[in-house]
Parts: sequence; C-alpha cells; structure tokens
Amino acid sequence: MKLPIYLDYSATTPVDERVAEKMCQYLTVDQMFGNAASRSHKFGWDVDEGITLARKQVADLINADPKEIVWTSGATESNNLAIKGIAHFYQSKGKHIVTCKTEHKAVLDTCRQLEREGFEITYLAPEENGLLDLAKLNAALRDDTILISIMHVNNEIGVIQDIAAIGELARSKKIFFHVDAAQSAGKVPIDLKEMKVDLMSFSAHKIYGPKGMGALYVRRKPRVRLEAQMHGGGHERGMRSGTLATHQIVGIGEAFRIAKEEMASENDRIRMLRDRLWNGINDMEEIYLNGDFDHRVSGNLNVSFNFVEGESLIMALKDIAVSSGSACTSASLEPSYVLRAIGRNDELAHSSIRFSIGRYTTEEEIDHTIKIIREKVEKLRELSPLWEMYKDGVDLSKIQWAAH
Amino acid sequence: MAIFFDNNSTTPLNTIVLEAMMPYLSEFYANPSSIHTAGRKVREAIDVAREQVADLIQAHPSQVIFTSGGTEANNLAIKGAIYGMELDSIAVSPIEHPSVIDVVRSLQKQFSVQELDVNSSGQVSTDSVVKFVENNRNFLISVMLANNETGCIQPVSAIAEMARSSAGFMHTDAVQAVGKMDVNFEKLGVHLMTLSSHKIYGPKGAGALIYDKAIDIAPLIFGGGQEKKLRSGTENVAAIVGFGKAAELAKEKLKESYTYLLSLRARLETQLKDIPGIVLFGGKAERLPNTTFFSLKGIDGEALLMQLDIQGIEVASGSACGSNNLQPSHVLEAMGIEETIAKGAIRVSFGLQNTPQEVDELIDFLKKFTNISTSH
Repeated sequence: MKLPIYLDYSATTPVDERVAEKMCQYLTVDQMFGNAASRSHKFGWDVDEGITLARKQVADLINADPKEIVWTSGATESNNLAIKGIAHFYQSKGKHIVTCKTEHKAVLDTCRQLEREGFEITYLAPEENGLLDLAKLNAALRDDTILISIMHVNNEIGVIQDIAAIGELARSKKIFFHVDAAQSAGKVPIDLKEMKVDLMSFSAHKIYGPKGMGALYVRRKPRVRLEAQMHGGGHERGMRSGTLATHQIVGIGEAFRIAKEEMASENDRIRMLRDRLWNGINDMEEIYLNGDFDHRVSGNLNVSFNFVEGESLIMALKDIAVSSGSACTSASLEPSYVLRAIGRNDELAHSSIRFSIGRYTTEEEIDHTIKIIREKVEKLRELSPLWEMYKDGVDLSKIQWAAH
Repeated sequence: MAIFFDNNSTTPLNTIVLEAMMPYLSEFYANPSSIHTAGRKVREAIDVAREQVADLIQAHPSQVIFTSGGTEANNLAIKGAIYGMELDSIAVSPIEHPSVIDVVRSLQKQFSVQELDVNSSGQVSTDSVVKFVENNRNFLISVMLANNETGCIQPVSAIAEMARSSAGFMHTDAVQAVGKMDVNFEKLGVHLMTLSSHKIYGPKGAGALIYDKAIDIAPLIFGGGQEKKLRSGTENVAAIVGFGKAAELAKEKLKESYTYLLSLRARLETQLKDIPGIVLFGGKAERLPNTTFFSLKGIDGEALLMQLDIQGIEVASGSACGSNNLQPSHVLEAMGIEETIAKGAIRVSFGLQNTPQEVDELIDFLKKFTNISTSH
C-alpha cells in the first residue's frame, strides 16, 4: 500500500489512464495538434472531429444536445459565465438573484461581485442536514428575481439537493435556474431532458479528466441567452472565445464517456467503501456526521471530531491526504462556512475532516485509514485539557474563560 | 508527411515539454490549494513554472498571473485595467488580435474608444499615439508587440513611453513575439503583457498576464481566490508546468531559434521574388523571423489554398481565428491593401520543426501553380 492514502477525490482526481492516452494523441507533432479554428487545412479538421465527439460524450452523460455544451476552462469559469452572463443580459427584467449560503466560492464570490454592481442577492440558509427547504426558497422569490443558483452536490458535505423540484418551481415562475454540478456529474444521474435546469456547470478534473477544463450547459429550448465575459474570435457560438485546448476537450469527453458507462457499478463499490469507513469509526465518542446521510453522494464522508483541533488533526494524519474544508478555502484558517451555515459551532467546524473516496480507493486503504484515525484522535485527545474536562463531566459551554 | 507552415496559429508540443507535463496528470495530481503534502508538492511545481515564465521575459515571478490562454489574458488585461483603475478611454490599433479588438468593442458603449492609425508597412503610427495622448487622460493603450499575420514588430516601447509620460497605461499582446525575439518586460516599459503557451511549443490551455504591480486589476473570474485573487479556479497544473518548461526552452534556444527561423524565411523570400505578381505584406518593416505574408496578383487565393492543402502543405489565409469567414484580413484592410489582392493572401509561418527542404517544396509548388494559372 502506497502512502499517503489519497482520500481527497472531491478536491481533485487523477487523470484516468484511458483519458491520458486519448489526450496524448492530440499533443505532439506526429499527431493532431492543429488549431480547431483553422478551417483551411486538414490539421484543423482532424482536431474538429475530436472536439465534436467530446461534445457528444459530455452531452450524453447528462442527456442533453451537444449544441447545448459550451467549453470553458473549468467549473469556476462556468459558474462565473452562467451567473454574470444571465445577470448582465437580463438585468432590465430584474436585478434579484437567489442562492444558498453553502454554494461553492465560485458562485458566492461571483454573487458578491454582482452585489457591487447593484444586484440584490438572497443567500438562503440550508436546514441542519444541509438540504434546502423548498418552501423557504419559494418565499424568497420575487417579481424581479431573474436567477436561482443552487448546487447539485455540495463539495464539503456531499448532500444532494432536489434539483428536479427546484427546477419545477423556477420554471413555473419563469425564473432562470443554474446548477453547479461540478461535484455531481458522473456520481449522480442527471437527465436534462427531464430536469428543468437552464444552465449547468461541469468540471473535468473532478471526474478523472484534466484540470483546466470545464463545460457549461446552456439550454436551447426554451432559449437561454448570456452575455459573454471573454471576447475575441467568437468561439463557442460567441459565448466563450479563445483557442480550444484540444487535448483537454478530448480529455473531458473521454472522462464523461467512462463516467456514463461505469457510474452505476462504481457508485456501488465506492458506497460500500464509504460505509465501511463510517462503520469503522462511528462508535467513537463525540464525533458528528455533517450533512444528511441518505441524500448524499456515495464517496463523501464529513465528520467532526470534537475536542480535537482541526489543524493538528490534519498534521497528525500526514499519511492520509484529506481536506479540513473545501480545497479552495483550506489555505485560510477560517472555519468552514458550509459547516457554520448548517449550524455547527466554530469548534466542530474546525475539527471536521472531509474524506472523499474515489475510483482508485481500496478496501485495504480504508481499513488502514480507520486504524490511523482511531489512534491519532485518541492520542490528540489525551493531550487535550478540554477532553479531560469533558470526561470529568464539566459543561464546557458554561465555563467563563479568563482573558489574559 | 504533411508540411505544417501555420505555426503562428499553433505549434506542436515539444516532447521534452510533454515529458515534463505527464507526471502532473496521473501521479502528482493533487489540488495545489490543498494543504496536505501531496497538494503542497503540486504548488511547488506551479511556483517553478512561474519562475520559468517570468525568466523568459525578465519579469519577477510575482508579476505572473496564469490564465487559460492568451485570449483570457487579453480580456483580463483590458477589462481588468479599465475597471480596476476606473479609466476613461482606450486606444487600440486596428491590427490587434480579435481577443483585443472584440474586448474593446464590447466596452465601446461605456468608454471612449480611439482607433490608432497603421501605415502601409503594417506598423502603428506613433503620430496617432501622440495625438491620442495629448487629448486624453486616464487611459489604456493596447498595441501588440508583433502582428500575427504580417509578423510586423510594433513600436511598443516608444508608445509605452508616451503613455507613461501622460500617466496613462500600456498593454501589449506579446503572444506572437515571445520565443521568436528578445522580449524584456521592464525594458519595454509596458504595464501589462499577454503571453500564450501553445505558440511556443507548450500545451494549449495555458497563458499568462504579466503585470506591473503598481496597477490595480479587477478580476474577470471570481471564486476560490487563486492567483492572488486575480484569477480564480483550480490551476491547470499540467498545462502550467508545460508552459513553464516551454518558456525555459524558448529562452535557452532563443538566439539559435531566431537564426534558424530567419534562414528559412530568407530562403522562402529570396525564391518568392522570382515568382511573377508577388506582393509581400509588411516587407519594409522589421518582422518576426518566421512570418511571410504574401499574395500573388492575378491568382485566385482560394484555389491556391485548396491546392496547397491537397498537396499537404498547410498555410493560413489570414489569422486562424478569422478563417471561419471569407472576409479579407482586417490587418491588410488597415494597411490599405486593395481588396482583390488582400483576398488572395497567404501566410506562411515557420516553426522549429520545419526544414529547408520543405521550403523548397513550397516554392516548387508555387512555381508550378502560377505557371499553370497564368498560361490559361
């Protein structure tokens, strides 16, 4: 078994070998390296063929039309393009947007920017299990609401929102609906012929494709229009300019193809490993599962270990690569805003670990992880005066701490 | 084997670059924002690439913002500067790449936009810059370092000096210039410079904006706060590593590359002179060593292009991004070239993988083609 054990698949995934192989065919001089926009020569045409296939492969996973797929440099750009694109194009119809406090930063920071531009944003709080109450969403909608942006699967706690139901609500009120599906594609079935979603963001590197590649689904019927945020050349039907990174597009295509083919069996295996991990630690004292267990993506387990300091836990777990929050925010020492939004206090938010299991995780790795977690948490608690007080029956919430 | 003479559109990936990239797909794949050991290792690789890219243009690594490519870097430079510093006006040359012109056009409603003049040799007129600078304050000028179609090198450092003397700001799109000529960020005196990886034998999907830290840039893409909050989104690690390696190689081999490309161009242009009706665009100006843009009077350019393709010789009819439409090149239009001549324009852009034999093949073919065409 190779150490460290990688249990951070929600942060990013390795490129699947089958994907890497396809990508390599579009890179070097003896292969297809042309510029897809070059219509005058064969180098350009070969590349165009690869891109057409990839567009179909991405569309197939989510039951969409290939014409509805716009390539981007990643889910962050997709989220920016969807939200700002709608806001800027339809601002004469209204300037109100509804989203949720537990969205990814790419959605929240984009909304903050729109606030600076004069838009009004409602940030809904989820329930304690991380799920959104539809009645509360409904109550937040106004005549000038132009967009609802809700993620499919949360990156930290893995809970799955009821996108179909939100879509019905949005459509009945003629409000555009954007979904960040970076964490759900390839893990949860998505059928855009059924779901009333107008825009959906995707990432390649969360499902064994390359980093630097994403897509935005933009519905054609009923038609959704966007203001582009990147100009020049008019690629992607004018919605996103820039030379297409052929090998990366071919990579996302192959990654989505594999996901469609293997999703069902892979989910069963990953869920079994996740349950094995949870069963191996859930008898520990003072640990808390974050987010609803049933409405949850198969590979995610997010647990708070009370009376253990999160940073020291990460350090102690050096043989396991995990996150103590979203990968994008883990450089900061702020407690996870997602866990705060579902009502966890700062201590529990700080002591949380996200385990995310994926394609290459083995049973042996899970068993070793269980062993390390049990050992390290116990050791850290032995050193903790708070743990000792807790064991002595002191109610820590009633203590008056003296200031130094 | 086909001959690829379209290296201003894109270049094949150097195999050394590919080797440097590969481990970052499947082996060192962690998210560079992750604080665990695996993540920190990947972060270090990005830092190395940042140094390599900075070295190529003699900037400081902290001045490099990685983007998804040249187009994004141009968008970020122009919109970022305009919004970040609340500027009032923009001057832009009419021969810029669409990723500059289209951005400026999208801003036309809110800001005053001035188009600079271009002479018949394909160079931006500094007189028109003087006029602009005299009549404007709080502005951005965007002029490319070398044109993608003609290869003409622009008087960027002179324009930057004029901009600075009026407390204005200057951006240059150096996508076509780097790797083919010596480019020094500080000496040029610009505030913003755009670079692209796939024009220097690196991978597509990576580019950079180099910036003078005295200026404020408003980000284009929000969320996550990567690249000092100026460009959010998980870094395209493998492509960035590849870009870094390509930059390192470009710097190492700059003199050698320049001499070699120039020898290919000289070989082509000396022989082109013998073909009747030849018009060389920008021939009087200082040009990139690898670019020849020409037309053959009385020859149907469309038909020539098709025949070249059948022969397996790949050239461009204008800029790659514009080749979806049959409009004559906007660059030639700005230079005042007659439409019938402009429509038949052929761009040959050499790369390091090309050989003198390939040049001779092209010449042989052109001679045959013009003989047949003119004998009718």
